[in-house]
Amino acid sequence: MSDRYQQFVNSFLGKQIAPRVGLPQPPFLKRHRPGAPVVDGPVLLGQADGGRLGPAVSRVLAVIGAETWTAEGPLRDGAAEAGLSPKIWSGATGGDQRFQALVFDATGISSAAELAQLHAFFQPVARRVRPSGRVVVLGTTPELVPGTGAAKASARVAQRALEGFTRSLGKEIGKGSTVQLVYVAPDADDQIESTLRFLLSPKSAFVSGQVVRISQSGRKPDLNWTEPLKGKVALVTGASRGIGEAIAETLARDGAHVVGLDIEPLADDLKKVTDRIGGSAITFDVTAQDAPAELAAKLKADHGGVDIVVHNAGITRDKLLANMKPEVWAQVIAVNLEAPERITRELLKQKAINPEGRIIGVASIAGVAGNRGQTNYGTSKAGVIGFVDAFAAEVAKQQLTINAVAPGFIETKMTAAIPLTIREAGRRMSSLGQGGLPIDVAETIAWYASPGSAGVNGNTVRVCGQSLIGA
Amino acid sequence: MTSPRRVAILGGNRIPFARSNAQYSSVSNSDMLAAALDGLIERYGLEGQHLGEFAAGAVVKLARDINLTREVVLGSKLAPSTAAVDIGQACGTGLQAVNYIGNKIALGQIDVGIAGGADTTSDPPIALGDKLRAKLVKVNNARSNADRVKALLAIRPTDISLDFPVNAEPRTGKSMGAHQAITAKEWGITREAQDELTVASHHNLAAAYDRGFMDDLITPYLGLERDGNLRADSSLEKLAKLKPVFGGPQGTMTAGNSTPLSDGASTVLLASEEWAKEHGHEPLAYLVDVQTSAVGYVGGEEGLLMAPAYAVPALLDRNGLKLQDFDFYEIHEAFAAQVLSTLKAWEDPTFCKQKLGRDEPLGSIDRSKLNVNGGSLAAAHPFAATGGRIVPALAKALKEKGSGRGLISICAAGGQGVVAIVER
Repeated sequence: MSDRYQQFVNSFLGKQIAPRVGLPQPPFLKRHRPGAPVVDGPVLLGQADGGRLGPAVSRVLAVIGAETWTAEGPLRDGAAEAGLSPKIWSGATGGDQRFQALVFDATGISSAAELAQLHAFFQPVARRVRPSGRVVVLGTTPELVPGTGAAKASARVAQRALEGFTRSLGKEIGKGSTVQLVYVAPDADDQIESTLRFLLSPKSAFVSGQVVRISQSGRKPDLNWTEPLKGKVALVTGASRGIGEAIAETLARDGAHVVGLDIEPLADDLKKVTDRIGGSAITFDVTAQDAPAELAAKLKADHGGVDIVVHNAGITRDKLLANMKPEVWAQVIAVNLEAPERITRELLKQKAINPEGRIIGVASIAGVAGNRGQTNYGTSKAGVIGFVDAFAAEVAKQQLTINAVAPGFIETKMTAAIPLTIREAGRRMSSLGQGGLPIDVAETIAWYASPGSAGVNGNTVRVCGQSLIGA
Repeated sequence: MTSPRRVAILGGNRIPFARSNAQYSSVSNSDMLAAALDGLIERYGLEGQHLGEFAAGAVVKLARDINLTREVVLGSKLAPSTAAVDIGQACGTGLQAVNYIGNKIALGQIDVGIAGGADTTSDPPIALGDKLRAKLVKVNNARSNADRVKALLAIRPTDISLDFPVNAEPRTGKSMGAHQAITAKEWGITREAQDELTVASHHNLAAAYDRGFMDDLITPYLGLERDGNLRADSSLEKLAKLKPVFGGPQGTMTAGNSTPLSDGASTVLLASEEWAKEHGHEPLAYLVDVQTSAVGYVGGEEGLLMAPAYAVPALLDRNGLKLQDFDFYEIHEAFAAQVLSTLKAWEDPTFCKQKLGRDEPLGSIDRSKLNVNGGSLAAAHPFAATGGRIVPALAKALKEKGSGRGLISICAAGGQGVVAIVER
């Protein structure tokens, strides 16, 4: 599973050769280490005129103890109210200053002309981002832009335009840095903390070019950010290996009691995982007709319900459509799409998901962009995105959230089996120029699972290193 | 114990400050301190007199100068019964010596004393490397010639090394300039603002010499009549040509807007009002209060030279004063950026609220009252001698004005700062 090319271009010899012959140089990404600060380095905070998120962002930066820099002016004065004492940023006096993160509140941009403020803020610092740096642009959810008439329409246009900026910057920023856009609903300023923490930290190492939407949940729990899931019960399907194993470990790291689920033939592997993390194991075939009811009953009986449900179990049975037999089609749809949907319905029906529950699907980049030989798989994974869309409004009423991750090329046994040339293409054809790790998917799921993420609902975030394929 | 007495500043004397390895390259700290002291003795008729105490120090000091000040007293025309003490607080040494003598006078422990300081960067204390030193100690301790030879033979060529004193903070390994470059960047201090302050410093000091202001504050020494670093024709155009020396190639700090290494010495005569009257000296001004503060800087929590930004508000509060209640501000120009960062911090509502816990910023000062007779950028800064340069010059400026109040602020290595109020 090791990426030999990446190791070579980061070796002494590779560093001499690669740039001379124009080879891509995928860097080693900085990843989360226990006890490390959220942002390990200076953060530059900027704001378009009339932006509203300055105080909310400043509060988060103050809480995480970030070394914050701002230009002089109202943003800096407001940051002081939030408890920050920002250093003063100015291009003329910045010398050799570099930043670990750039955060820009673009909510004040209300016309196409005002988009120039993106250029004004980012252009002078475009080369001042450290390796594995973070860029986060915050906007207002375009459909929810307040106002009336032409002004409202032009603000909506401008807010929608932000997406093109962040996705393009993600493709050119380089050095393992990532760029995201966070759309915050006009009334949801107090809901951004868990998302900002995730996107600014090394936990989001392989997430780039994404758009996250935050809405008002009406809830803002006080929480212990080092063990946010303490006391929670998390069901993880397909937990015996690969991404599922990483999800189980990560949720356990964050304090959850993990109930790992997998099929009977993998029971031994599953037990090893759950024993290691102090969880419990269930063997089940999720596609069995009575599986949802039995599972709901068992979770209620053993744990008094479940707080986090991660529908990770998935299979591939690749064939060109012309060669695909109906049972091969059906198998993939049953495991990847029908099972999550049926289990979720049953758990909701039996009220087996506790208040503040989290339902998390695992889609795929194949569901976004499609893949040759994966008509069945692509259909099932696009269906997972639909599953999130369809359930979001309903579960929100019950104080639950539903979201999905869409992994791109992740280094697992499954991808190690892909032929070399296709594997290399999968790795390199992304902004980060490499495959992700199972932990990258798991960290994204842990962000959704956090009690702090009540305002994150109905999102599908790709964990793909901004793969060049797909929207 | 009697209640505190007013501390009168009677005057001072210093030698012109020279740039490193220039006019004073062959003299020591004690030579320079003696020269400054002799001039003071002569000016104030102190020959043969017994004084309460002489307190002075040197930052860069030879190990053999254990009793630097006492030796200087013994070589001077003061009565040998005059006690002396060596004190040290990096660049704050001179002002801290004034504070020390002032406090003793205020408490009635002494009636008159001299504070001062000297520093040379031309005669640095070069130490032997640790390995060589350890082996030489063995040679010295050997009891017989045979043992001595044996110990000597144990010295290998690789043991031989020298330790030069370095202008770097031991805990960060960064020079003072590198630290200040970070602070300048964090406060957004522009090159232009630094150069403007530098030009003003040179022009003000040159003007002070030209109008004779320095005549009774200085005694020429070794052919030097004015400070060797002074550039009366300094201009923004000339300074603009200099390359940055701190903060990388895009930095804002140059050899022009930073003080150079330099040599010099200064002294200040302080006394009780009674002593001054008895001896026929009119006080120039009075030392009101002194505050020393320190900040943590090792982990980057605050700038190395930002302690005065904390010391001044503490001093103001204790004396019921506002930053604007002064006629003169003497802010030691270690670097132009240090002065500007400090002034900006006092104007900044964010700093004043977050770091000082004040609802209102201290506000800005009238720049025309800042370092009116030149600052360290022009005069240069022999570390321990700067306090003794500033105090008499400020006292004299207050006397010329007739009445008023002056604020002194001096930053020091190790994240410390000494600040004082002088009034008349």
